[in-house]
Amino acid sequence: MLYALKIATRYLTASKAQTALLVSGVAVGVFIFIFMSALIGGLAEFILSRTVGDISHITIEAEVADPAILIRPEAAREGHILAVTESSGIRTATLTNEETWGPLIQSVPGVVAVSPQITGAGFLTRGAQVAQVGVTGVEPGRESAILDLDGYMVDGSARLGSGLVVLGQSLADDLSLRLGQTVRLQSSAGVSTVLTLSGIFKTGNGMLDDSSLFVSLSTSRTLFALPQGVTRIEIKLSDLNAANATALRIRALTGLDAVPWTDGAEQLMEALDAQAQTGYFLKTFALITIVIGVASALLLSTYRRRPEIGIMRAMGAGRGFVIFVFVTQGAMIGLLGGLTGAALGYLALLPFPPRDAFESGTLPLDITQGSYGLAITLTVIGAILASILPARSAARVDPVTAIGQ
Amino acid sequence: MSAPLLQAMDLVKTYGHGEAATRVLRGLSLQLDKGEMAALLGPSGSGKSTLLTILGTLMQPTSGSYTMLGQDLVAASDGELTDFRNLHIGFVFQFHNLLPDFTALENVIFPTAVKEGRETVTARARGRDLLTRMGLADRIDFPSTNLSGGQKQRVAVARALMNRPELVLADEPTGNLDRESAMRVMELIAEINRDEGTTFLISTHDEKIAALCQRQIVVGDGVVTG
Repeated sequence: MLYALKIATRYLTASKAQTALLVSGVAVGVFIFIFMSALIGGLAEFILSRTVGDISHITIEAEVADPAILIRPEAAREGHILAVTESSGIRTATLTNEETWGPLIQSVPGVVAVSPQITGAGFLTRGAQVAQVGVTGVEPGRESAILDLDGYMVDGSARLGSGLVVLGQSLADDLSLRLGQTVRLQSSAGVSTVLTLSGIFKTGNGMLDDSSLFVSLSTSRTLFALPQGVTRIEIKLSDLNAANATALRIRALTGLDAVPWTDGAEQLMEALDAQAQTGYFLKTFALITIVIGVASALLLSTYRRRPEIGIMRAMGAGRGFVIFVFVTQGAMIGLLGGLTGAALGYLALLPFPPRDAFESGTLPLDITQGSYGLAITLTVIGAILASILPARSAARVDPVTAIGQ
Repeated sequence: MSAPLLQAMDLVKTYGHGEAATRVLRGLSLQLDKGEMAALLGPSGSGKSTLLTILGTLMQPTSGSYTMLGQDLVAASDGELTDFRNLHIGFVFQFHNLLPDFTALENVIFPTAVKEGRETVTARARGRDLLTRMGLADRIDFPSTNLSGGQKQRVAVARALMNRPELVLADEPTGNLDRESAMRVMELIAEINRDEGTTFLISTHDEKIAALCQRQIVVGDGVVTG
């Protein structure tokens, strides 16, 4: 079939302007395909990084301890009461053996950070001002393991130590706090301590900036009266989309109830799915345009070359040979257009910031999600399919009629 | 006496259906022997071109039988006819019908390249020999569109001979040439017939061209009349 390849090449090079136009048309379709892939992929990346980028991708929480029984059945004379328990949001149970779990979880592929924490609620008091806060105790050195505290610092340092606290800018403003000033924190366990403000952050997330603070793990142990264990282990992954599978692995490995971020994020997932569907539609239309363009151009070529096809058939070229010549032309147009479009798409995406530097107000185009190989492959397949109809039409040419033209 | 190369018996060819049907061949019978050089004469519409088309396996007769080299070509499939045509039959058309995007040499070696799937060194050598023999040694790599009418027709003759076919069918091969070019083409055909024993059946209106052939077959009203 080398000879059919030569003839296909000759036909394409014989009409350079027509071939160039055709390849350009295909390249534009591929460019749109790649641009849409990069945009939809980048947009999803952008939305995910803004919504779940700074949260734990997998979380393991201590089981809530059985609530305290206020009235025991045997104490209820009438016999109608089974038990009366006290409802409480305070997590008193702990994850023990955290020292064992930590390295084990860290060894799971895809896990980039593990942060054991003690979390709880408390009141921050400065003078007459009191604010209700969420307290997170993290290991010094792992302050930015989950939330990029370092990146969000507007004043001071994220580094935690004994007696130090880092809190949100809105909270600091509410309490008129400046770096180096002290503040009293009373935990929900009733323990009080005086802390020095060592850093102020601003994440843009109202809840974090208004009512969250970070202390060292040892400080939180004292505050919540937990001499050992942690209340929560937060895990960050290299790939957000692998959360479900990785959570299953961690569950199988540790027996702990590892919960991926996707649990409870159905609406976000639906929105991302809808966005992806839109992308598929647009890419499909781009491919259909390519197929129609190639098919119509080759049909025209078939009609124009009818006498030549007739001569070839008279000289002993079989129908299969003629089909191969035209299908090869389609494949070559698809390949050339695909490569050109992919190269143009890549060059057009180069000036845009990479995925880890997306900024608000700019198009979040992710050059790594251009689906270049897929675009080229689908284009070649589409062009081959598009050329089958013209090729079959060419193979059916009656040599006697065609030569007589 | 030479063995028959082909035998056509009671060939009938009808175009169209019903009242619009036109019967071009009306039971024509013909035998050609190996090594013959025959002229096919007859007025326009007598069925010469239709006969050549059927003998060239480009068209099937409505009825009748046709065998060549002992093979029944009426019962053969399209694929079998294509292969048979490639190996055993050469064509020379009135309007040369060269492939316009190819050089003289590429046109000549086309039948072999199609058969072999590539342009072999042997095929290129034979193509060069044939073109040299046709007096076109200095036009071998010329694009076919840059050749004169006579040169194109000589390239077409070389192409028809490329696979050393037993039969060459020529439909008015000199009809579009000036007298000098026409005689040159006919001299080459006669030379090939003499040297290689190739059988030629040449359709022509020209009595002088016909006179160069060993045998004249006259067709009239769809049958051989002389």
